[in-house]
Amino acid sequence: MKYAYYPGCSLESSAKEYDLSIRACCQYAGVDLIEVPDWICCGASSAHATSHLLSIALPAKTLVQTEKMGLHQIIAPCIACLTRLKVADMEMEEHGDLKKDVETVLESTYKGSVRVRNILDVFLNDVGLEKIEKTVTTPLTGLKVACYYGCLLTRPPHIAQFDDVENPHSMDDLMRAIGAETVDWSFKTDCCGVSMSLAETDVALELTNKVLEGARDAGADCVAVACPLCQSNLDLRQKAIGNKFGVFYDMPILYFSQLMGLAFGATTTDVGLEKVIVNPFPVLGAI
Amino acid sequence: MRNKLEEAKNIMKVAVKEDTTAFAKEIQRKCGQDVLTCYQCRKCTMGCPMAFRMETKVNELMRAIQLGLRDEVLSADTMWWCVSCETCATRCPQGIEIVEVMDVLRETAIKEDYYIPVESIEAFHKVFLRSVEAYGRLYEMGFAMDLNLMLKDPLKDADLGPVMMAKGKLKLRPHKVKDLKSVKKLFENVRKLEESRV
Repeated sequence: MKYAYYPGCSLESSAKEYDLSIRACCQYAGVDLIEVPDWICCGASSAHATSHLLSIALPAKTLVQTEKMGLHQIIAPCIACLTRLKVADMEMEEHGDLKKDVETVLESTYKGSVRVRNILDVFLNDVGLEKIEKTVTTPLTGLKVACYYGCLLTRPPHIAQFDDVENPHSMDDLMRAIGAETVDWSFKTDCCGVSMSLAETDVALELTNKVLEGARDAGADCVAVACPLCQSNLDLRQKAIGNKFGVFYDMPILYFSQLMGLAFGATTTDVGLEKVIVNPFPVLGAI
Repeated sequence: MRNKLEEAKNIMKVAVKEDTTAFAKEIQRKCGQDVLTCYQCRKCTMGCPMAFRMETKVNELMRAIQLGLRDEVLSADTMWWCVSCETCATRCPQGIEIVEVMDVLRETAIKEDYYIPVESIEAFHKVFLRSVEAYGRLYEMGFAMDLNLMLKDPLKDADLGPVMMAKGKLKLRPHKVKDLKSVKKLFENVRKLEESRV
């Protein structure tokens, strides 16, 4: 299984452990990732707020490059990148005029032959739960995980075309396949407010607090995420939340791929576990 | 009776004197979304995680668009607090992709120099895109520092820097893409094409 791989800006620095753990999991699962050479930023989340044409042209460049690589599927682990790539592909297919404008801007043509794939979808449907279960060497028995999907994994449904929009379970299925327990909770698809995190931090903290409170009340040991923006927002500001609301959650926020990698037998360094801010080792201690 | 009827007719004349749907049609032309179909069920506002911060709620904004209150809508705070979480659009019984409407409003307000009530968010977008245009990729640390300077709060989140640095989560230098020329060309071409259409 060969896929073009688009890490995106976050996975180069603040979410390095997402990149490491995705690559590790893919190796175990037999998924070949070929990085798009010299890829550029997709423009999320600012291009679409300021120029529609720019918001399509930036990710379209990556789609054109994917075609040039001779590949027809591209994986973008960051959900913001994923959405922008999908929107670009779909809008160019629907609107011929827009496609022409984008091609003028890029000075190259796009055939429209690329499928933009969600990484959870690839693990669930291309690799399959059966193979994932077979690949597990260290099941995460006894670990209680709150799977957090955030906004864009399932929304808007006509773009995401993935899972149940209000009560998704794909990540829960994956976590159970590697031996973990998943908790039922009400904040799976609530927004963490990350786009306010830098510019209006206080507002973001209100939203982040609710998500962490929900996970704690459901009895979770840790939260699993599939988006670098959710991860950094939930992980990095727990001290600030404690200072503002008087509750220190100490809740580890891990990428689903870090947990999967560990279950497949990868070392903690392979999946970048040391890079997470809230120390996950105590809850993973028994594993 | 006759007078009453005349009176009613005059009121109607005032109400329909100008085409109040022009603004809604402008939005529809720009993004394909028909705001005129909104019937004020308020599901958008009920599910909105940012409603607590908005002076004009999402459903109120939709109504103002229907009434053709162009200036009021383009200087509202709603779209600047919107985090594009897509909850409203997902739940709208009329299938209005409200976030696309928000994008059109943001883009139009910037292009027409409307007053933007949440200054920091405008700064965020500017600094973000400046970084992408300069390097081809977002240089996270530079972006955060530039934003803080623009917000006149240079030490904001200064406590997080060393924490992230210790975890190897911050790059000290930007990663410039090799083909930076084509990135600059892309941005220039977008500007040229957009200016030619004004």
